[in-house]
Amino acid sequence: MSILEGKKVVIIGDRDGIPGPAIAECAKTAGADVVFASTECFV
Amino acid sequence: MNSVIKGTGYVLVHVPDMIIQNGTTQTAERAAHPDSAYLKSLPEHLRTYEDALSYWPNQIYIGNAHPEELRQVPFPYFREKKEGAGRYGTFGEIMPENEFLLLAQASDVFDVVKLEKEFVAATRDAFAADPVISAEIAGRVAAGTDITDIDAYVRAGQAEPLFVDGKLVGCVKSAHDTDINLSAHVMHENIMSKASSVLALLHAVKQSGVDAGDIEYVIDCAEEACGDMNQRGGGNFAKAAAEIAGFSHASGADVRAFCAAPVHAMIMAASLVKAGTYKTVAVTAGGCTAKLGMNSKDHVKKECPVLEDCLGGFAVIIAANDGVHPEINLDLVGRHTVGTGSSPQAVITSLVAEPLERNGLKIPDIDIYSPEMQNPDITKPAGAGDVPMSNYKMIAALAVKRGDIERKDLADFVEKHGLIGWAPTQGHIPSGVPAVGFACEDIMAGLIRRVMLIGKGSLFLGRMTDLFDGVSLVIQPNSGGQEETGVSEEQVRSLIARALKEFAQSLTGETRG
Repeated sequence: MSILEGKKVVIIGDRDGIPGPAIAECAKTAGADVVFASTECFV
Repeated sequence: MNSVIKGTGYVLVHVPDMIIQNGTTQTAERAAHPDSAYLKSLPEHLRTYEDALSYWPNQIYIGNAHPEELRQVPFPYFREKKEGAGRYGTFGEIMPENEFLLLAQASDVFDVVKLEKEFVAATRDAFAADPVISAEIAGRVAAGTDITDIDAYVRAGQAEPLFVDGKLVGCVKSAHDTDINLSAHVMHENIMSKASSVLALLHAVKQSGVDAGDIEYVIDCAEEACGDMNQRGGGNFAKAAAEIAGFSHASGADVRAFCAAPVHAMIMAASLVKAGTYKTVAVTAGGCTAKLGMNSKDHVKKECPVLEDCLGGFAVIIAANDGVHPEINLDLVGRHTVGTGSSPQAVITSLVAEPLERNGLKIPDIDIYSPEMQNPDITKPAGAGDVPMSNYKMIAALAVKRGDIERKDLADFVEKHGLIGWAPTQGHIPSGVPAVGFACEDIMAGLIRRVMLIGKGSLFLGRMTDLFDGVSLVIQPNSGGQEETGVSEEQVRSLIARALKEFAQSLTGETRG
């Protein structure tokens, strides 16, 4: 079982790394409940 | 015929007092924790004008050194001083804060910038001595105001104070009693953006040798919004800056697309010129006061100087093909579409691989890639890593995946086709465009053949969409001012590849009717 299975997940992506929606798609396939996902810009 | 790049202007304005007063990291901290240790120690970490001047990345930005030279400078760069550093470079200058406040007043047409009498008298000659400041612009600076009046405006909450070396020397008043879009804060932000855009335009005109009266259209691609309560982003910075710069025959408009806007604007300018709509177009952007000291909490914590102490500006003059200057190849435009997706691989594929493949080129066929050229001296201490390097690694990885290079050549590819970032973290300023000046010089010297500019924008920050954005273009040598009548080797390769693909599809019955 995935460590994210059934867990509520908050995702902060990085526009120059992995953006939020991409992480969210991965997390969902691992059974996570994505309660918030956004991408931030750090530059 | 393709449009050409006639010249560029790159300017920095060293504004240490605006870091404290106007950077959002600082204003937010002051609102939440006015007595914080960070705010107390911030002034000790500000650089002098001389230190900002001798800073290698700044000298590269204005054209006093080549980006390749940065490879030989020990990291962190702030510990090194560039010998022979100067205020003026091939592409522009680094203006000190006191003179810039006079330019801000010269750029103000609504009498909201007030400067103290003695300060004006002490600064006027130095300002007028700047070779791009015309007598007409210098003449727009008023004699000055009593400091008691300025102090009263600030104390009444009607104005943003202006300091030099910690001393109150002026203010920017609100332009309306109740409209928040014309508040002193917004007017300050917009006038500083406009003034630094004016400075960039003046240098671009000087460097390109075009007559200011020949510029027919200006596109502003900064990140600010000007308007009143009924049209918050009404615009038009472009025409407003053109007026002060003396482009009497120009109209203009603003393009907004976060950090991707400069490359969007260059594509639009090149298209307008190629279509014959206008003969000469200027693309310009001023600096962003909000981003001053953006990463300064980390810089202070790690005992670095506050490196985000300059407003940045740039301008590019794009004109009809003169048979000499480098061309913008509009066949090689890449774009991130609504359906592209947000994974780094999808983004780089859309911006880099797709336009190249469409034209029968491979990733190594571009000599230099200029993605986001943020200076790692600024971003690494803040935990944001080396942004250009991240982009280069992704481009190289894609080249390996597509079979354009061997996996063992990945590191060499990054060094050969990449540059070390030297641009200030002023959002739109580092995004692709810092390399245009050097790209044009190196192309004209025959050192390189193709440079790709990649602009990427964080649209999601506006909370109107989750989408990312990006566009790319390629600069190449002039074809001699001749219409392309023959078929190039690359076009032949592309045609053969397409024919083979269609033939293969016909064998498997996939050809669409």
